[in-house]
Amino acid sequence: MKDHVASRTVLKAINWNRLQDEKDLEVWNRLTVNFWLPEKVPLSNDVQSWSTLRPEERELTIRVFTGLTLLDTVQSSVGAISMMPDVVTQHEEACLTNIAFMESVHARSYSSIFSTLCSTKEIDDAFRWSEENPHLQSKARIVLEKYRAGEDPLKRKIASVFLESFLFYSGFYLPMYWSSRAKLTNTADLIRLIIRDEAVHGYYIGYKYQRGLEKLDAARQQELKDFAFALMFDLYDIEQKYTEELYDGIGLTEDVKAFLHYNANKALQNLGYEALFPASVCEVNPAILAALSPDSENHDFFSGSGSSYVIGKAVATEDDDWDF
Amino acid sequence: MEPAVPGLIYYSSESGNTARFMHKLGFAAQRIPISPKDEMPAVAQDYVLILPTFADGEGRGAVPKQVIRFLNDPARRARIRGVIASGNRNFGATFALAGKIIAGKCNVPVLWRFELAGLETDIARVRRGLQLFRGMECSTMA
Repeated sequence: MKDHVASRTVLKAINWNRLQDEKDLEVWNRLTVNFWLPEKVPLSNDVQSWSTLRPEERELTIRVFTGLTLLDTVQSSVGAISMMPDVVTQHEEACLTNIAFMESVHARSYSSIFSTLCSTKEIDDAFRWSEENPHLQSKARIVLEKYRAGEDPLKRKIASVFLESFLFYSGFYLPMYWSSRAKLTNTADLIRLIIRDEAVHGYYIGYKYQRGLEKLDAARQQELKDFAFALMFDLYDIEQKYTEELYDGIGLTEDVKAFLHYNANKALQNLGYEALFPASVCEVNPAILAALSPDSENHDFFSGSGSSYVIGKAVATEDDDWDF
Repeated sequence: MEPAVPGLIYYSSESGNTARFMHKLGFAAQRIPISPKDEMPAVAQDYVLILPTFADGEGRGAVPKQVIRFLNDPARRARIRGVIASGNRNFGATFALAGKIIAGKCNVPVLWRFELAGLETDIARVRRGLQLFRGMECSTMA
């Protein structure tokens, strides 16, 4: 809207009863229903659990969370806002304001975790670490470059989807790992709320990317696809080093890398592209998958052998049953 | 395209993940239209339903409205034999929830769950599974 302020263009109030894209309302509803604040999570119940972590595990956890805070800060104060001039509908702009604000909530949440669990010195040390860590700085910087004014709007969306659907996961791994060991379970509950939001954001920005892409000719489409994969490779390279530096000490690097591959594939799928990493390197530790989505055991009806291979017979249901 | 028995009927929203999954699967399939103005596919045989999940944090709205409309017809509902649901594990307990809901309401099994547009392992599993399923359906009809 701001582009119109200085011109003589008629200023248009947003009308949610006239949609150009139904997906905007669907996503707006998801975003608003899923709204939360860190105060809703009883983080103080993790104080006891926190004291059972070894000093190096505590340091790792605080560092991982400051890394996540930096990415949320980038996404809130630059990323989501940089996409606003590119919107196709006013409703898309409204969704982006929600996304920008929720990223601020996410960034704020880590400070709630810190103030509940850590000393001021530990917090200050970790924030200094986040400013000095070359890998963290470099991934945030690469994404920020793509958000700059004058950059291609679709490249901006690619960068945004990679930040929200890929770059966070070297960090999200750790609270899921602690949760699978029954540690910091309330903190994990809060992180799951963040993960849920990021999934909606990645899906929506990826959807808007695909809508923009389909309007272009084949050559431009290919250029953007090449750009996306090249950016993924660059970010993956940094993520590997970041992961090694953080997780080598507790021997989890390989486990985290499988999680990175798995999430890189999902980020590409959000953009409408094929998965990059073969399934053999995406075998995420089942304990991590279970921490991510309870009841996520591999549900394999097809492999049911012999007698268990029973097909249910559909029973007549009443129309009332379909009152969702 | 190979004819599939049972038939396959799917829903995919504008984001197209499920449509991409179906394309990779390579079996003939009918699509439930996105727009309520378009005609529903005619059901001439038993089928497996493939659909994405769109639940909010409380699990509401998991089954897309067009799929509800499709299944609201008792004749169409009577021929469903199984459901394959997609979603995203990042949504926690509501991952692929649409499958569970339809399985419960129609008393059919959830055959498989996958994320977004699925990986090659999902495609291989579902292809093999549907072929097995086809063999069983034929033997029960004989």
